Amino acid sequence: MHLFLFLMFGAVCVGGAINLLAQRHPITSALSLIAVMAALAGEYLLLGAEFVAAVQVIVYAGAIMVLFVFVIMLLNAGEEEQTKGSRVAILLGVPGMLTGGLLIGWVVLRHSGTESVPIGALPGHPTDIAQLLFHDFLLPFEVTSVLILIAIMGAVVLASKPEASAGKVG
Amino acid sequence: MVPSYVPLSYYLLLSGFLFACGVVGFLIKRNIITIFMSIELMLNGVNLSFVAFAAHWHALAGQVFVFFVMVVAAAEAAVGLAIIIAVYRTRETLNVDQVNLLKL
Amino acid sequence: MPLPLSIFILVSVIKSAIVLGVLLTAVAYTVWLERKVVGHMQNRWGPTRVGPFGLLQPAADGIKFLFKEDLTPPHVYKPLFIAAPMMALIFALTSISVIPFGNSFTFGPFSVPQFLPFHYEMPFHWGGAVIGPYSIPFQITDVNIGLLMILGVTSMGVYGVALAGWSSNNKYSLLGGLRASAQMVSYEIALGLSLVGVLIQSGSFSLRAIVDAQGGHFWGFIPRWNIFHWQFIGFFIYLMAAYAETNRIPFDLPEAETELVAGYHTEYSAMKFAMFFMAEYTNMITVGCVATLLFFGGWHGPLFGPPLVQALLPVFWFAAKIFCFLFLYIWVRGTLPRFRYDQLMSFGWKFLLPLAIANLVATAIFVAW
Repeated sequence: MHLFLFLMFGAVCVGGAINLLAQRHPITSALSLIAVMAALAGEYLLLGAEFVAAVQVIVYAGAIMVLFVFVIMLLNAGEEEQTKGSRVAILLGVPGMLTGGLLIGWVVLRHSGTESVPIGALPGHPTDIAQLLFHDFLLPFEVTSVLILIAIMGAVVLASKPEASAGKVG
Repeated sequence: MVPSYVPLSYYLLLSGFLFACGVVGFLIKRNIITIFMSIELMLNGVNLSFVAFAAHWHALAGQVFVFFVMVVAAAEAAVGLAIIIAVYRTRETLNVDQVNLLKL
Repeated sequence: MPLPLSIFILVSVIKSAIVLGVLLTAVAYTVWLERKVVGHMQNRWGPTRVGPFGLLQPAADGIKFLFKEDLTPPHVYKPLFIAAPMMALIFALTSISVIPFGNSFTFGPFSVPQFLPFHYEMPFHWGGAVIGPYSIPFQITDVNIGLLMILGVTSMGVYGVALAGWSSNNKYSLLGGLRASAQMVSYEIALGLSLVGVLIQSGSFSLRAIVDAQGGHFWGFIPRWNIFHWQFIGFFIYLMAAYAETNRIPFDLPEAETELVAGYHTEYSAMKFAMFFMAEYTNMITVGCVATLLFFGGWHGPLFGPPLVQALLPVFWFAAKIFCFLFLYIWVRGTLPRFRYDQLMSFGWKFLLPLAIANLVATAIFVAW
């Protein structure tokens, strides 16, 4: 049952990832990435990480990807055109990554015995996560809040119009 | 219901595949937004392996790392998309090959 | 005693069908209610022709939507144009699945004759086997991160609107879609933060646990609902943010008729338009459910009468509270004018968000005290 669910979500992930590469239009790429993220949330649920799954849907699929779609719509991005550089990249990159991926797969399969992930053995209960996040990892947590603050300020500065004529909403 | 287990290596393979797809997309795509999305795909692949290892080693810290990755991704998306908008304002293109002012 | 698997699946399917049927009927009659109430507020009658008090108007509307010509304008991006209304409706309907409507319904224990086809799943007693008691909750599924799931699904709902606006290839639709995505992402933060106060007080993400924490009374007569339990400001923020999330007046900028024709659904007709319409009203009902569960004590209310009535009264109280909430929605629509877009944004970011953070900090200090 779990294996079946894993394969189902995994198939959505793989299909979405390939579709992201195959599509020419950024908005369809964005949609396939959303599908990948939603399916990954399913995988997290299978692994017992329910809180991570919820945050994945809320933050990744529901906020970050909305930003991407928003920018694509705002800039009215069209189909991308292939150029010389991209042909070189395809010729060199795809075979390189294929060999690299095969190598990783071989290593993983070779060195993983029959050990398996017990499903739901580690419930990612929000209370336990909070205990870790606000107690053991308090310093990194505070550092990320500073990071977010800097990112907000950077985005505001970058997106505001260079002239003082920024009276309208961009 | 009989508890059925999924081997850890399956999760790692899926995670590696997502990461590889991200790298390939980063290399072959020419639209800067799609390149950015490929980076997100790589981050997602890494997150999957974090969660899988967390379940495997019974260590919740793996799940906490996922939150940090998400925070970094959110910050990166905010700044990166702002940069993309700024580039589009000045260059009127999203193609990375045409943003080559610093090239000889 | 847990239900056998086959019975469990059967019960789940039946529950889903019932909830879906009731929900869609409620959506249809919310539209009727809105037309009627707004009509009376504006000194009109509202629908009166079809059936008594116009009660059959929703059916007439449905038939009309089904038989209208389904236009697909040229130059639209077809796959997304077709998928967008479905996405909007699916995400709107999904979030109802974790909402508890009442306590559980207990039946049994009773004895089974041996010829029933599912006896093999029971303890091996031939004839007169005793099964149960079983208790079936008034809820499709009880997940212990129910609130987060509702937030996640509703945050996905923005794609339907945004993609409809983009794929229509129409400047008004595009503006509507852009406004919708910016507005929903902005107000989602205030919405989420306004709920954290309640979560801190009840200490759980499970909607059932949150409602259970609200049973009882203060000083014997004031119900122990969260809105009377220091969360009044939280409810106020939630209310404002929810109006913006569901694109309702006074925050219906994505479909502002006077400036954008009809915003993101300008190009839609027939059943596709009806899907957006149903999605909007379903979202209203979901928002009402969440408000009732989190701030108004869910299904808690006075219980009396014979056992069967006692089992069904909580569901009635729950529905009554949602009805009040929907009436408030319609009342606001009949009263307030529409905001300007920059007013909307500065209200969300400069007023609601700081207020929500202040409420969160105050609640945290109060609970930790």
